[in-house]
Amino acid sequence: MTTPTQAVRSDRAAPVAHAGVDWLFLVSVLAIAGALVRAIYFTPFEALQGAAQKIFYLHLPAALAAFLAFGIVALSSIGYLWLKDPRLDRAAESSAEVGVVFTTVVLTTGPIWAKPIWGTYWTWDMRLTLTLFLWFIYVGYIVLRGAIDDRAMRARYSAVLGILGALLIPFIHLSVYLFRTMHPRPIVIKPSAPSLPPEMLTTLVISFVAFMLFYLALVRQRYRLATERELLEQEEGR
Amino acid sequence: MAPSTLGAALLIARKDLAIEFRTRTAFFSAVTFALLGIVIFFFAWDPTAVGAMDLAPGVLWGIFTFAGLLGLQRSFGVEQADRAIDTLLGAPIARESIYLGKAIANFVFVAAVQVIAIPAVALFYNVPLAEHAVALAIIAVLAAIGLVAVGTLFSAMAVNTRLAEMLLPVLSLPFFVPIVIPAAQGTARLLAGRPVDEIIGWLKLLVAFDIVFVAACMLAFPFTIEE
Repeated sequence: MTTPTQAVRSDRAAPVAHAGVDWLFLVSVLAIAGALVRAIYFTPFEALQGAAQKIFYLHLPAALAAFLAFGIVALSSIGYLWLKDPRLDRAAESSAEVGVVFTTVVLTTGPIWAKPIWGTYWTWDMRLTLTLFLWFIYVGYIVLRGAIDDRAMRARYSAVLGILGALLIPFIHLSVYLFRTMHPRPIVIKPSAPSLPPEMLTTLVISFVAFMLFYLALVRQRYRLATERELLEQEEGR
Repeated sequence: MAPSTLGAALLIARKDLAIEFRTRTAFFSAVTFALLGIVIFFFAWDPTAVGAMDLAPGVLWGIFTFAGLLGLQRSFGVEQADRAIDTLLGAPIARESIYLGKAIANFVFVAAVQVIAIPAVALFYNVPLAEHAVALAIIAVLAAIGLVAVGTLFSAMAVNTRLAEMLLPVLSLPFFVPIVIPAAQGTARLLAGRPVDEIIGWLKLLVAFDIVFVAACMLAFPFTIEE
């Protein structure tokens, strides 16, 4: 069994400091730009909502990326408490931060879309409330990490919060369920075939893939930062 | 002979309650805080627009969580003085006993604050809470178990961080949402004179929350106090 110190030392061989262009980041930004161009110019307008519906191609992929991010936090947290591998802690840390960024995108694009369509920026709908609380939980996660200096303790505490946060999600979902929901029912991910015209579905899938690439690129960058920061902390003798 | 998990937990709970009973600082500040909250909330609303009956359940359970946080702050805070926690960790007892003991003491604390706060809401908001005493007591007990289960764990974590007391509400409050919503909704139904079986769904949600989080927090606790 390696101590955390040894494990960090051993991946000194991994590419840590990278000068120049991060190809994955570049590709993902180009993919998002491409998806947006397709969504804006080459995808038909929705009959009832018109141009406002275009934000859908940003809103839904961002939401899915955020859910994926928080799923990775929970899995890495369980893995960390089990294996005590600092790489899993760094993966959880990176994914949580990127997840908060995507949740912020969801919480920003949502109201912009809601105002012209529902007539209000915010409503206490089930999914809106749940997304808001997801944001609170993982902002709390980042605050907790920032408040602990000891590396091993920080990893254990945030893993505990990462797991409890995942357990909390179904309870918040259930408890806000009884509020009448205004948010549309799922139209893409559901048991029957997606009820979206093929052009729109293609744009959505392209946008979704672009967002996944962007998620991976950001987590990779953030993971490298975490590795370098740990090496620096060790050299400072903390 | 080392005591059993539950025996050790009861010993720790008795120790904490004895400290609290002799000093009474946290209890009085939590009760005063709860009463102040109840009074201030009344003036924050326009009584001609929102009836006291509609306001009371939300105030009751909102204040309940904030007053509970005051007690939870102290739970592991008292062990920081003279590093008393080291002695506790050195004792030949299961780590789970420490969590359970702290949680039992916190439960008694929160319940004692409730015993004063609930009649105060009935008095100041002029709502007939006494008519629903049994159902209300069940809600209060279930809500307190959930609050204490999560709060005790986060209290153990928060004292070891740089932010200390600041961190506990930030971590805990999202977890109190599935407690406050069923408790407040259930109380509102009772006050509206609806039959008790209408709140069974809410009670089930509280029971499920209690079971999941008592188990999860007890399992997670040893990870928060290693070394």
